[in-house]
Amino acid sequence: MPIIDVQNLGKVYPVAVKEPGMKGTLQHFFRRTYRNIEAVKQVSFSIEPGEIVGFLGPNGAGKTTTLKMLTGLIHPSTGSVDISGHRPFSRQPKFLQQITLVMGQKQQLIWDLPALDSLRINAAVYSIGASDFRQRVGELAEMLSIQDQLKQPVRKLSLGERMKAEMLAALLHRPQVLFLDEPTLGLDVNAQTAVRKFLQEYNVRYGATILLTSHYMADITALCDRVLVIHQGSLIYDGRLEALLEQFAPYREVAVEFDSGQTIEQDKLRTYGNLQKLEGCKATFLVPTDHLTHMVSSLLNTLKIQDLSIAEPPIEDVIAKVFETGRT
Amino acid sequence: MLSRPLHVARTLISVYYAYMVEYRAELIFWVLSGSFPLIFLGLWNQAAQSGDLGFTPAEFARYFLGVFLVRQFTVVWVIWDFEKEVVQGKLSPLLLQPIDPVWRHFFGHVAERITRLPFIMLLVGLFCLLYPEAIWLPTPYAVVWGTLTLVLSFCLRFLIQYTFAMLAFWVEKATAIQQFWFLFYTFLSGMVAPLALFPEAVRTIALWTPFPYLIYFPASLLIGLPVDLPRGLMIMIGWGAIAFIINRILWRVGLKHYSGMGA
Repeated sequence: MPIIDVQNLGKVYPVAVKEPGMKGTLQHFFRRTYRNIEAVKQVSFSIEPGEIVGFLGPNGAGKTTTLKMLTGLIHPSTGSVDISGHRPFSRQPKFLQQITLVMGQKQQLIWDLPALDSLRINAAVYSIGASDFRQRVGELAEMLSIQDQLKQPVRKLSLGERMKAEMLAALLHRPQVLFLDEPTLGLDVNAQTAVRKFLQEYNVRYGATILLTSHYMADITALCDRVLVIHQGSLIYDGRLEALLEQFAPYREVAVEFDSGQTIEQDKLRTYGNLQKLEGCKATFLVPTDHLTHMVSSLLNTLKIQDLSIAEPPIEDVIAKVFETGRT
Repeated sequence: MLSRPLHVARTLISVYYAYMVEYRAELIFWVLSGSFPLIFLGLWNQAAQSGDLGFTPAEFARYFLGVFLVRQFTVVWVIWDFEKEVVQGKLSPLLLQPIDPVWRHFFGHVAERITRLPFIMLLVGLFCLLYPEAIWLPTPYAVVWGTLTLVLSFCLRFLIQYTFAMLAFWVEKATAIQQFWFLFYTFLSGMVAPLALFPEAVRTIALWTPFPYLIYFPASLLIGLPVDLPRGLMIMIGWGAIAFIINRILWRVGLKHYSGMGA
């Protein structure tokens, strides 16, 4: 039985429209006009307990709006959401005990105090007893490697440390469903890796379900087998990440280094595949996956090769292509 | 093990106390900025010496000390914080916790009172040195009812301002409404002059409004000026109930609006 079940979810916003200039300002002052924006359209999907699902889409596609509807912050205009048997918008304490929302740009920790003080509030609010509190903070702090930073004022922490502390605060009540909106935004590579590793571990240890948005494809490839792609408010893909990549990038990049003893003619090389680059003894081809074996074996049979490597095209390029076309 | 509400209250007070202590230097200025009554005292003292106002200089001194104390314990700034939360979207994460966000504000205010206490004591001591004739020993009646109405007065002021704060869901500057309200508060609360000095008609009308109960009423009780205690308490509770009902309606409708605009 799915823990997240979304049916025909939609959200329409009224947005105030103002013409530029003095006339527009006066008109806006006396008579505001609104335009309806359909931020999310007929989105349906379901997620099983313990799944980690990536939520992809360009800026303004409707990812955050959807997450806010799933957490009960905003009321859907159409459709229904069921999270572990609860309707989010009524924000029942039982529901709130089970979920968390981490927003990369928003913080809940009190800026001038050590994170531990904010954690004490969370413990009281979520009715976590003193011994449980110590045990959970110890465990999560160890997983996040921030044991020493919890007693420093939050304002003195680095961005990465702060994000980890935010994560700790958001997970202290041990939620079963995690909604993460750009959890690694602005972090350096090391901190990103640490957050990813932590999420993976949390998922395995507590069987938690995670739905996350990220602009860093490394987050998605490291954590998610399944992705949802949203474009202009509509869900355009729901399935395995590899299948999406295969569908959009059914080719591989073949890099070859020839023996320096032979003369390499560009025209001849073109007969093997789509030649991208030729620099001295090094050449790069783009080859359709179904021709890959044939191409590589004919290369090896006809030319003297020193080195050969096959790579998938950069995932960012593929996703950019998906966003560009807006369909799968 | 304390019951949950008590435990939450105690934790919020202790954490926000720590937070306020971080601002101890600023706090001195906030306390001093509330010393308006002591300035008015100087003015009225002069006036009392030159004519018959029904108040002796010592009574004036006592009254404005009472006003100073009430003001110090009833300072409320929830509208500024709440407006910021709504406008910057900081309210959203708070809505996802199983506790009404108002309690953070409320106990934050309570904690601030505790932090303020030593500074208030210092100023009161200074005041007593300057006006030794104003020193009085409050009766047990004055202590009990003065303190109780002081607490009620803080709650009423908090509730009213928090109700105005709800307007932040619709307008970008709810604090503008608060500033307008402050005009009436300044004159009708007894901050600039004891209500006894007001024209009869103004005083009668004022006593039906919530303003005198935010300063004049608890201050008078503290220093032993005669007031109609049962009527005063009834009016305070009445205004409190009205503010509470409006507050809850605006909260519910406002949240829907807030979420409708994108939270």
